[in-house]
Amino acid sequence: MNLLDMFTKVATKNGLVFAFLLIGVITLITYKISAMTKGKVHGSAIAIFAGLVLAYIGGATTGGSKGLASIPLFAGVGLMGGGMFRDFAIVSTAFGADLREIKKCGIVGVFSLLMGIISSFIVGCVMAYMFGYKDTVSMVTVGAGVCTFVVGPVTGAALGAASDVIAISIAAGVVKSVAVMIVTPFVKNIVGLDNPQSAMIFGGLMGTSSGTAAGLAAVDPKLVPYGAMTATFYTGLGCLLCPSILYLATKAIMG
Amino acid sequence: MAIYGVALLAACYIVGIFLGDIFGALVGVKANVGGVGFAMLFLILLTNKGIDAGWLDKKSQSGISFWSAMYIPIVVAMSSIQNVVAALRGGPLAIGGGLVGVAVAFAFIPIINKIFGNKSKQGVKP
Repeated sequence: MNLLDMFTKVATKNGLVFAFLLIGVITLITYKISAMTKGKVHGSAIAIFAGLVLAYIGGATTGGSKGLASIPLFAGVGLMGGGMFRDFAIVSTAFGADLREIKKCGIVGVFSLLMGIISSFIVGCVMAYMFGYKDTVSMVTVGAGVCTFVVGPVTGAALGAASDVIAISIAAGVVKSVAVMIVTPFVKNIVGLDNPQSAMIFGGLMGTSSGTAAGLAAVDPKLVPYGAMTATFYTGLGCLLCPSILYLATKAIMG
Repeated sequence: MAIYGVALLAACYIVGIFLGDIFGALVGVKANVGGVGFAMLFLILLTNKGIDAGWLDKKSQSGISFWSAMYIPIVVAMSSIQNVVAALRGGPLAIGGGLVGVAVAFAFIPIINKIFGNKSKQGVKP
C-alpha cells in the first residue's frame, strides 16, 4: 500500500476540491505574512504574488505553459483560476455596485479605452522598431501584443506576421498582465486609484482582464466591478482597431 | 434559497457572454466584445429590481455574495496558472514593450482623471 500514490490519486481525481484547499492554505499563509508587516502590504497582493511565484515554479519544472497547473497534481487549480470561474466571479462582484457611478463614467470609460489601446499600440510599434523589427506588419503585431496577449496573435494572424513575432506579441501581453498585477498596489496613491471613476479609467487603460482583476483586488475589492466593466471591452475593441485603422495609420506613416 | 441567487448570476453570465459573442461577430472580430460588462449590467439591474420588489430575499442574495467573496481566491488561482516562464523568456522586446506599455498607461490615469474632473474621495496626494 503506497499512501503517497493513493493520496496523489485522490487529489488528482478531485482536482477542483483540492484546488480550494490549496488556495485556502496559500491565502492563510500570505495573510499571516501581511499581518506581520502590520498590514502595510495587503494580504491579497502577497497572495497574488505567491501565485505568480508558484506559476513560475510550475512552468520551469515541467516546461509547460499553464504555470502551476502544468503539474498534473495541481491541474484543478487551472479549472479554479480559468476563464469560466474568473469571469463568473467578476460578474458577481457587480452585486452591490452603484449604477449611478457607472452611468457617470460612460464617456470617461470610452475615452480611456481608446487612449489605452492607442498608447499601448504606439509603445509596442516604437519598441519593435528600436529592436530591429522595421516592417509594418511586425511593428503592428508587437504593438497589438502590448494591448493584450489576445489582441497580438489575432492581429498577427490577420496580417500574416511571422510566428516568432506573434510569439513576442503574446509574451509582451503576458508581461503586461503580470506587471499590472504586481505594480498596481504600489502606485495606487501616486495615480489616485481610490474611487470608481479612476478604477474605470484604470480598467480602460490597462485592458488586461486578469491584470485589472488582480491589481484592483490588491488595492480595494470594492473597485473591482468598475475596472472590470471597462476592461471587458478592451480586447474586443483592440482586435477591431489594431488590424484595421491602426495598421493603415502605421503603414501611412512608415511608407 | 441560495440556488436562486446563483441561478440568477448564471443567467446574467450566460446571456451577457452570448451577447458579447454576437456583438463580436457583428463587428467582425474573433473575440468576445464586452460580454462580462453586459453580464454585470444585467446583474446590477436585476438585483436592484429583485430587492425592491421583494423576490430576491436575503437567502437568495447569499448565493451571489458567496461568489463575490470567492473572487480574490479565484484571482490567486488565476495568477498561479499564468505563463510566467514565457513572460520572462520572451526576450528584451517582450519585457520592454510590456513594461513601458504599463508605465505609459499608469501615467494616463491622473491625466484623464484631470480632464474629466477629479472625483477622488481622498484627493490625490502631491
